[in-house]
Amino acid sequence: MQMIRRSIAVLLLAILQSPPAAAELTVQILRGMAETVPIAIVPFGWGGGSAAAWDVAATVQADLERSGRFRALPRSQMIEFPHQADAVDATDWRMLKVDYVVVGQLARMPEGRFELRYELIQVATGERLLGTALPADQGALLPASHRVADAIYERILGVRGAFATRIAYVAVEGPPTARSYRLIVADADGANERIVFNSPEPIMSPAWSRDGRSLAYVSFHSGLPAIYVQTLKTGEQVRVSARSGINSAPAWSPDGDQLAVALSRRDGNVDIYLLTLTTQELRRLTDDPSIDTEPAWSPDGRSLYFTSDRSGAPQVYHLGLSAGDRPQRITFEGTYNARPRVSPDGRELAVVTLDRGAYRIAAVNLEHGVVRILSNGQLDESPSFAPNGADIIYATREGGRGVLALVSIDGRIQQRLAASAGEVREPAWSPFVY
Amino acid sequence: MRLMPILMIAAGSLLLVGCPKKPTTVPESPPQTVAPQDAGAAGAGNQGQVGEARNLPDAGAGGSATSAPAGLATVIYFDFDRSEIRPEYASVIRAHAKHMAAFGAARVRLEGHTDERGSREYNIALGERRSQAVRRALMLEGAADGQLTTVSYGEERATVEGSDEAAYEKNRRVEIVYGH
Repeated sequence: MQMIRRSIAVLLLAILQSPPAAAELTVQILRGMAETVPIAIVPFGWGGGSAAAWDVAATVQADLERSGRFRALPRSQMIEFPHQADAVDATDWRMLKVDYVVVGQLARMPEGRFELRYELIQVATGERLLGTALPADQGALLPASHRVADAIYERILGVRGAFATRIAYVAVEGPPTARSYRLIVADADGANERIVFNSPEPIMSPAWSRDGRSLAYVSFHSGLPAIYVQTLKTGEQVRVSARSGINSAPAWSPDGDQLAVALSRRDGNVDIYLLTLTTQELRRLTDDPSIDTEPAWSPDGRSLYFTSDRSGAPQVYHLGLSAGDRPQRITFEGTYNARPRVSPDGRELAVVTLDRGAYRIAAVNLEHGVVRILSNGQLDESPSFAPNGADIIYATREGGRGVLALVSIDGRIQQRLAASAGEVREPAWSPFVY
Repeated sequence: MRLMPILMIAAGSLLLVGCPKKPTTVPESPPQTVAPQDAGAAGAGNQGQVGEARNLPDAGAGGSATSAPAGLATVIYFDFDRSEIRPEYASVIRAHAKHMAAFGAARVRLEGHTDERGSREYNIALGERRSQAVRRALMLEGAADGQLTTVSYGEERATVEGSDEAAYEKNRRVEIVYGH
């Protein structure tokens, strides 16, 4: 541990970070489901006098619509504004052709706290599907509202919502001679951007710890690439690998104790290693004259997927971590399959694939090997699964500029997240944080 | 938006204070790979300039430890997804190696790059392999291991912007940079 240098400056940087980052991401839905769920989210009641502390319904509505899976009734078309399930007249809502109604109240509680009470009603049956009270501090009304959307999404679609999660990405601005690289963390909808680290030198490969509290990433800040681990809350930054050669592609083990990394060390041969964070102990996992890089953990932590060009071109391999396990090739279609990411249920890989001259995101089914092309850009890369497995965020180009894009796992829903200035790339979706 | 320039300058200056440029405390980092500046080499090289220059077949009239032989190419270009050095660069490699052998104080950094296609992390590895290929070739021709360091930027530092083959072929390269 004493070998690891901690940078006090970054602590100060964290304090300076409170102002939001420059360019907010804006979401543009390009294509949604043909069959979206019609829903009405009635403005929440507020008993606190004057203006409501937060428009919970507006946040919930924006989340559900942004998912591409819901169609919300505009407030202007509502003919009544109930705040409790027993005041919902199913007949009226049936005439408005909505399948579900969300009603609720935001209540002021003692000691400056609040409570979000909400109910979900199925119009066809009149059945109350959810009835929940969620306490929140004043500063947590936005994430609490995202949690309401999570619960509604899950109750209706059967998949946990991921609205209360975050994304990390790299933003780049400025001409080649005066670049500014920023590692940014934002809410899943692109709001609330915060700068985690900035540098005139490249920042790459952000990776979340499984508890969502830390990021590992590569920075060239010293002039040479090194892997850093940064705690988000405190800003504390620890350099964990600055070995000779490349230090790249960190991937956090599910138990949080190890990083799988790609190093070239003195021999110049890029291989996969396991780095134990507390002891700095290094275990070599591959030893092949080809390139082995881009490790990704299976959800159970017992194996890794990685990219290797040992066959002559980049393909994805699978390596168990038990003694004697040998890499098995996973991808066979096409001449380029790289940068695997494993779906949360462990059944699919998202990869970058060369598809008829274009680099695109594909999903590879691990049971029967079926490959589905999910994106339609020319230079798509860096796929990352939402923690609920429903969507993949990735980097693409629009008008020659780097933007982020989102595609549902069935390929039907597509969105763009573009910064108002500069380029954004290398998105990494956080795990569930509650 | 208005806050940003101030914030970034403040953060940048803090980082200069807090993150020394030389990462020297982590194990396995041999000194020659982590010392980007080598002020001593410049002084040493200046002493031996005149006599040595004639020994370099491809190097023209001048020469020093801190710069490439005059007129000699300092960029090696590569084919897509390849790291083999094309035959046309054999004489360039040989000339650099001879120069480095002649100027023992010469320090060279080999900066590997790729075009923008494909995965960024894979491209970091590919850039590393290219710089290692040049390193090995220089050593085979007489340069010493201790004179050479490598760094890969992958696709992060394109020399030509653009998404066509004309840009790509200029970006798939190793730059031979003296003075490191």
